[in-house]
Amino acid sequence: MGRALAVIIWLLTLASVVLFLSGWWFPTTITEHGPRVDQQFLITIIVVGIAFVAAQIGLGWMVWRYGANSQNKDERALYTHGNNRLEVLWTVITAVIFISLAVMGQRVWAQLHFSDAPADAFQARVTAQQFSWNVQYPGKDNKFGRTDPTLIKEDENNFIGLDDRDPNAKDDITATTLVLPVNRPAELILRSKDVTHSFWVPQLRFKQDLVPGMEIHVHFTPTKVGQFQLACAELCGMNHFSMKGTLVVLPQDQLNDLMNLPPTQFQPKLEELRGKYELGMIYDEKGTKIGKSY
Amino acid sequence: MSDANVAHEAHEVVHRHEPPKSFIRKYIFSLDHKVIGVQYLMLALAAVLVGMTLSILMRFSLTWPDMNWPIIGMIKPDQYLALLTIHGTIMVFFVLTTAPQGGFGNYFLPIQIGAEDMAFPTLNMLSFWVTLVGFIVLLMSFFVTEGAPIGGWTAYPPLSAIASAGPGQGTGMNLWIISIAIFCVGSLLGALNFITTLLNMRAKGMSLMRMPLTCWAWFTTAVLALLAFPVLLAGGVLLFLDRNLGTSFFVPAGLYIKDVIQPHAGGSPILWQHLFWFFGHPEVYIAILPGMGLTSHVLSTFARKPVFGYRAMVFAIFAIGLLGFFVWGHHMFISGMSPYSAMAFSILTLSIGVPSAVKTFNWIGTLWGGKIRFKVPMLFALGFVSLFVAGGITGLVLGQTSLDLPMHDTYFVLGHFHLVMGVAAIFGMFTGVYFWFPKIFGRFMSERLGRIHFWITFVGVYCIFIPMHIMGIVGMPRRYSRFAENGQQIYYFLESLHPLVIFVTFAAIITFLAQFIFFFNLFWSMFKGKKCTENNPWEATTLEWDTTSPPPHDNFAGVHPVVYRGAYEYSVPGAPNDFVMQTDPDEFGEHEGSGDGHNGHKH
Repeated sequence: MGRALAVIIWLLTLASVVLFLSGWWFPTTITEHGPRVDQQFLITIIVVGIAFVAAQIGLGWMVWRYGANSQNKDERALYTHGNNRLEVLWTVITAVIFISLAVMGQRVWAQLHFSDAPADAFQARVTAQQFSWNVQYPGKDNKFGRTDPTLIKEDENNFIGLDDRDPNAKDDITATTLVLPVNRPAELILRSKDVTHSFWVPQLRFKQDLVPGMEIHVHFTPTKVGQFQLACAELCGMNHFSMKGTLVVLPQDQLNDLMNLPPTQFQPKLEELRGKYELGMIYDEKGTKIGKSY
Repeated sequence: MSDANVAHEAHEVVHRHEPPKSFIRKYIFSLDHKVIGVQYLMLALAAVLVGMTLSILMRFSLTWPDMNWPIIGMIKPDQYLALLTIHGTIMVFFVLTTAPQGGFGNYFLPIQIGAEDMAFPTLNMLSFWVTLVGFIVLLMSFFVTEGAPIGGWTAYPPLSAIASAGPGQGTGMNLWIISIAIFCVGSLLGALNFITTLLNMRAKGMSLMRMPLTCWAWFTTAVLALLAFPVLLAGGVLLFLDRNLGTSFFVPAGLYIKDVIQPHAGGSPILWQHLFWFFGHPEVYIAILPGMGLTSHVLSTFARKPVFGYRAMVFAIFAIGLLGFFVWGHHMFISGMSPYSAMAFSILTLSIGVPSAVKTFNWIGTLWGGKIRFKVPMLFALGFVSLFVAGGITGLVLGQTSLDLPMHDTYFVLGHFHLVMGVAAIFGMFTGVYFWFPKIFGRFMSERLGRIHFWITFVGVYCIFIPMHIMGIVGMPRRYSRFAENGQQIYYFLESLHPLVIFVTFAAIITFLAQFIFFFNLFWSMFKGKKCTENNPWEATTLEWDTTSPPPHDNFAGVHPVVYRGAYEYSVPGAPNDFVMQTDPDEFGEHEGSGDGHNGHKH
């Protein structure tokens, strides 16, 4: 029985390791910080994997080796209450490894969250609602128009309550698609109209809740061009699963052209640009296809 | 030996508590901690059957979203979320919290410390009945207009605070809050009772460092419950007020829901998350600590060896309990709270891995050099160790702020916590059932059926939950009712996962069916199982094995047991048997009175 159990434990361990090596992995990252997230994940998963395999091999070995059977039934087990030196040793070793991982795991976090976005960052306000995304661009004046929830009129396409009496709102563009320039820091101002949502594009390696009553500023830098799916990662109600949006990362010049258009021409031009970039593919900063995004 | 017998006989004539005669006082409104323990276990069994069935329906819906099922019809997205919410709530509260602590703790804590009953028997009875009412109220939410709530067991406002935010968020959500509040009260009563009993009612000679590790685990769990549940209760009351009396603790101004500006202002949705997780994280240790204690207990018993590093094990339980109160923020890295506090929570979170690793090392150390008897309870205890490692270790990934960016709220999290606090804790409960069944019912469960149950379940849970980690890495978000609509994949990057989704569902169905082997074995053995006539069928050392199977109403038939040694004196050189009971007064050479984890006496 002990040997069977040992074999099963080892086989399950092997199968788990094989599954992790089987090629299912993150979609290709498209941000500047993404490769470092991936690297930290890889380091951690290797440490975790080694510890996992070692513990399961050890456990399996004990049940393989120390089973009671007809040959050894007159012998007694080893009488020991432990070993303080060993306890200290493995406490210190695990503490050093685990806390080192925790400290290393702060680096990307600190870069993203402990500083404000650079002054030249491209800004967009993202306002989530059940079950869709709204994006507001400041337009040529680079100033966001005032919004007020009492002005929301969904049947007139004013989903975010943009105040058209505010001069800053005149050239603002509102859309359902998030468009960002490549290789330029992007600053998102995240808000929610109703319940808590979470902004998530797997290829960005970035996630942040959108909390009603708060305006959360985040920043990152996309480094690849293409179209990507935006998902909601915080349970927000009945159709949470279908709260799909689109992120389009464009070459700088295409983005500038788009943002300089009058608000009414924004959507047709965006559709035209989207036609150039196939969903699921990534493109370099000039717009040349370089591979798949997943 | 003789001294103890004399002492026992002297007490034989002493006053004994007579068991109640009427059926109702004996089995329904019983004050006997043993009956209450069994009542808790039965409640947990009923709850786990419901919780498990809901999870299978969820797998069906995820795998075949457009299928029209007999009787239940198509599972609509909001119904899926209702299943999810009630599955989580039932499993966390009414299974993982009731069975290990309310069930086994109630039954065996007084016996293992040599007490006649709990300190407050009436309170004990109340805590069970209160908990049962909580369960019934929760189930009622399925039968009200719009059905059960859809906000998950974490019930984040504003979704949970505004009735119009979704189906089930009206009456169903109110019932959910009431149920949880009732449950909190029941748990608090229980926790008070456990702490008082353990501190005041230990038998002569039962010093703290001679207690079985199960008692340490139940004690620490009770302390956690005493400190954590009031916070959830307070949060629940505030949420209830927000919903029904127009207060705004968790709801900010200007919410636009279903074309209406909500009449609230000034609240913070994040405040709920802090209150909830201040309870919620200790809660996962409430679920797992009793299993850890029992695993240590059973590994030692069936390896015929003292627990390796008993003292370190006690410290590790304490360290886990203490640190467990300082890590709640790791559920909230991306919630909008300060990124600096996220950093602090991250480092504390990875620190809690250290005592967990220490426990694992000591479990393996306990097996080393043993003479392992592979009885069914031992198989489940070994399974516990394997699963605890498999599930716990990915906490090192999720506890890092940077890695939470891609992993938060994906299936990776699902795989992690189901393995460690779900399945490992449930393996702890299986260990308890198979181990203590002869003591509770005076009969044995079938070893053969137990083994079949073990093999299928052990392999099954690996097949269900390890692939979920992969789904999480690829990017599958949790709490999605479906991933395809009308045969079309909604998110293209998840398309390659379809074979894994189907594999997991089949593994879940097989594992689910295997649990009926357990249910059959359990109820069949209660009436038809092989009789256990001895006090100590496993040749164990602790006090529950020093009384009849099942124990009499007052546990030790009027005798006050006296304890002479630590809990795990197996294979003591010079002793006549390979186990020395705690009540055995004989001395064996140099090893007398040891067993409190001092530096190794090697043989």
